[in-house]
Amino acid sequence: MNINQIKNIGTVIILSAMALWIGILFGNSFQLNEATFNETVASEHRFLLKEKLAPAFESKSSNVFSFTNKIVAAEAEVNKALEAEGKGDMKISNSYQMSLTKASGVGFVSENNLLLFFLVFGLLIFGTMLFVVPDIKKIPGIKNDGIFKHPVNKGKLLGIILGSMFISFYILLYFFPQYIINWLIVLDPLSKFMNGGLASQWFLYGFLYTIAVLTMGIRMLIKYRHNKYQMVRTGSVMFFQLIFAFMIPEILTKLNMPSADLKNMWPLDYSFFFDYRIDQKIEAGTLGTFMFVWGIVLFAVGVPVLTYFFGKRWYCSWVCGCGGLAETLGDPFRQLSNKKIKAWRFERYSIHIVLVLAVVMTAGVLYTYFTGEPKIMGVLDTGTLRYYYGFGVGSIFSGVVGTGFYPIMGNRVWCRFGCPLAAYLGLVQRFKSRFRITTNGGQCISCGNCSTYCEQGIDVKWYAQRGQDIVRSSCVGCGICSAVCPRGVLNLENLAEDTKKI
Amino acid sequence: MHIAIIGNGISGITAARHIRKLSDHKISVISSETEHFYSRTALMYIYMGHMKYEHTKGYEDWFWEKNRIDLVFNHVSSIDFKSKKLTFSNDSESLTYDKLIIATGSAPNKFGWPGQDLNGVQGLYSMQDLEKLEELSPKIEHAVIVGGGLIGLELAEMLKSRNKEVTMLVRESSFWNGVLPAAESEMLNEHIKEHHIDLRLNAELSEIKDDGAGNASAVVLKSEETLDCQLVGLTVGVHANVSFLKETDLEIDRGILVNEYLETNIKDVYSIGDCCQHRNPPVGRRPTEQIWYTGKIMGETLAKTICSEPTKYEPGVFYNSAKFLDIEYQTYGTVLAKPEDNVESFYWKHPEKHILVRLNFDKSSKTIIGVNTFGIRMRHEVWDKWLSNNTSVEDILIDLPKANFDPEFFATYEQDIISHYNATYGTDLKQKSPKKSFFSKLFN
Ligand SMILES: Cc1cc2nc3c(=O)[nH]c(=O)nc-3n(C[C@H](O)[C@H](O)[C@H](O)COP(=O)(O)OP(=O)(O)OC[C@H]3O[C@@H](n4cnc5c(N)ncnc54)[C@H](O)[C@@H]3O)c2cc1C
Ligand code: SF4
Ligand code: SF4
Repeated sequence: MNINQIKNIGTVIILSAMALWIGILFGNSFQLNEATFNETVASEHRFLLKEKLAPAFESKSSNVFSFTNKIVAAEAEVNKALEAEGKGDMKISNSYQMSLTKASGVGFVSENNLLLFFLVFGLLIFGTMLFVVPDIKKIPGIKNDGIFKHPVNKGKLLGIILGSMFISFYILLYFFPQYIINWLIVLDPLSKFMNGGLASQWFLYGFLYTIAVLTMGIRMLIKYRHNKYQMVRTGSVMFFQLIFAFMIPEILTKLNMPSADLKNMWPLDYSFFFDYRIDQKIEAGTLGTFMFVWGIVLFAVGVPVLTYFFGKRWYCSWVCGCGGLAETLGDPFRQLSNKKIKAWRFERYSIHIVLVLAVVMTAGVLYTYFTGEPKIMGVLDTGTLRYYYGFGVGSIFSGVVGTGFYPIMGNRVWCRFGCPLAAYLGLVQRFKSRFRITTNGGQCISCGNCSTYCEQGIDVKWYAQRGQDIVRSSCVGCGICSAVCPRGVLNLENLAEDTKKI
Repeated sequence: MHIAIIGNGISGITAARHIRKLSDHKISVISSETEHFYSRTALMYIYMGHMKYEHTKGYEDWFWEKNRIDLVFNHVSSIDFKSKKLTFSNDSESLTYDKLIIATGSAPNKFGWPGQDLNGVQGLYSMQDLEKLEELSPKIEHAVIVGGGLIGLELAEMLKSRNKEVTMLVRESSFWNGVLPAAESEMLNEHIKEHHIDLRLNAELSEIKDDGAGNASAVVLKSEETLDCQLVGLTVGVHANVSFLKETDLEIDRGILVNEYLETNIKDVYSIGDCCQHRNPPVGRRPTEQIWYTGKIMGETLAKTICSEPTKYEPGVFYNSAKFLDIEYQTYGTVLAKPEDNVESFYWKHPEKHILVRLNFDKSSKTIIGVNTFGIRMRHEVWDKWLSNNTSVEDILIDLPKANFDPEFFATYEQDIISHYNATYGTDLKQKSPKKSFFSKLFN
């Protein structure tokens, strides 16, 4: 069998796993029963809600949509009734949609969740390995053959389809998690094993994210096995995703500690200073205090010091979770980033605006935390600010757009245009760092490989053909420009600041 | 003043850019190949799907108008040097100039083989060549490439990327051994075969057969063997692209003859790049060099001569780089295939991998003369200094890590190289800067 045949089998297996995964969404019925209802719903709502939900106790819903719709409708009626009675403060503010739906799932998926878990992810991982591992037979070296003949790059259609799939997933995850309850049911066994609780949509997200980084990380390791820098760096993002982003938080939860991704930092972790997270840490005693101090030291001392010595790459392409996904799952899309000077202009505005917003929002939140005043100077409502930041930047920009647009605008859309931490790291990198990409004398033949494969849309060639060093705030130091250069022109270096040639 | 430049390759474009930097003259750049400047060296990557044509452009399209460089997409069919006028082939209009720069590049060689003008016989030089190749590609099962040089190997790599059978006919007894010493050439033979390219050494083309409809269908070798094929790639070198100037007063030998200032024998007419031939080439240089960066240096030098002060062409210490399939190659100074009598040639090769470093130096004084490096990137600046300061090879060896330009974490071989030198010459050299500790590197 030749490489392509094996790869095709891999593709078929991946597609089957995905079909099965989507099928799972429809593989349960939903039936409310007395016991789970009483367990799930708070006593003050039990009576009212039961009355309104009466029909749901009698009939089975064959799908998740009609079932959750019943709950939503019932809750609305309850709230309306309470309002009418002047008991507005008793209203249902935390919907029972998720918890009731999950507890009411009956049928194939619930009965076979462990089997389905192994089937879907076994097939997915096996298929991906069939797709990526055969490349190990090729002679090591840059193998970008056919990339611009591939449908993702040629027409935009496949890219748009793929992108829409990513985007739909994010929208379901962030805004309609009740519809993907069956997926959570499939993940329950793993969640119980890891943290003792049932799977939430964030557990699902973390799990899928980790699978993506690991399997596509293996692809990276094989693709760039002739380049040690790429191997070490990819190993690093895989490690940080698996251990720091996925396992440690779950273990902490199991130990009843505040769960935290210890490598994530403000302002990317924009809720770091939110009241509930501060309180949670204070309550957790010594470990909580350590986590709080650690989080502050990381961005206040870690960023300037490490970025001074190594450039922002120490974070963006070695540690960060968003970077980790971009460098693994996103690698096949890196060439789609826009290299035009217009894009650069836009990027400089957008990313710094987000940084300013993050700072203002956080300052507002802290102001309210310490003073108890909901509004700054009586006008700026910090809760509203926080809500819109979380919605606009946290969910839409970093999630829906950031990842959903991989197949359309490249794998670093969020990192390039939106990440406030990248903006901050970038300022240090641009003005106070030893890092630069050096150009090897007059060796550049202007071929354009470096610019084409720069995920950050930096026109590397523009500098290289002039013999200038590349000192750009957006460079995440992925090292791919250096790897693809056929003349060995580019090198990522940390040297004395005054030796930069710009 | 109106400066007309024929050719929008690297030489013509560099001249235009620097003239614009230094002056306000009107500039026209004429080409019949592509409307905008692109990197010829990247042709292979377009075919292989690593890039599209637009990625190979040196500048975004707005650049030209912004810098007031007029681009004329047309073919110059003749030049009237007396009335300073250019005539175009597909336009009745003509263009007058005050100064003319001829930067028309090269054209692929053909040596009068029977069948060399059939369909499916082509070189690889221009965008049009690439288009022809693209068009023919679906029909190609087996391709025969004639000539064992850099472009021949690039063409082989291109076709291999689309799973075509490729046979390379090399007249010599080893790949590119007119330029490379035996060890390097031998290593490349191996690497070429690893890529499943059918490398035929000591093989010469005798004729190309017709399928009856004007298409190439087979080649016949001098050994009388016949190989069926749908494409014959002719990559047996290039010559100056100056045929349209043959019947003029312009002095031409193998290229347009120019002096140190890149002036031709006709006043206000200059020539740069692949198409020119230096009457008195700088030391260590050949009269014609078809190299990217020399075209660039000539363009920059000429802009100074025209706009500010007469400046001599000084390309400095020779260097060049290339990539043979997966092996990167750089050379600095002079390394001949067969060293001259006064030259000692030392090389180290990795026992398994395709990594090799050769140092040529003067037998008596031990002064460095040149270096070849395969699979290790070296720092241009450092070698340039060592070579222009006549550094001794032993001083270089003990300081070799300084020249390393490989990415971080790459395995280093300087220690192996120096040990091998010590073993060969009975010396006891020790590396001056043994591996720096992490912290000393941080704070160097
Ligand atoms: C496939 C390939 C790979 C290469 N790789 C390397 C490499 O890795 N490193 C390296 O150093 N060198 C390499 N070279 C050589 C290098 O590309 C050339 O030395 C360089 O491009 C020469 O530039 P130039 O400006 O002199 O001429 P050209 O780039 O040839 O430009 C001349 C232009 O003038 C146009 N022209 C000619 N006559 C007329 C006319 N009468 N009217 C209008 N227009 C006209 C031509 O169409 C052409 O566009 C490679 C060459 C090829 C073909
Ligand atoms: S990849 Fe290398 S040779 Fe090509 S343009 Fe970039 S720096 Fe120059
Ligand atoms: S410039 Fe190079 S190292 Fe920096 S982000 Fe772009 S490809 Fe990566």
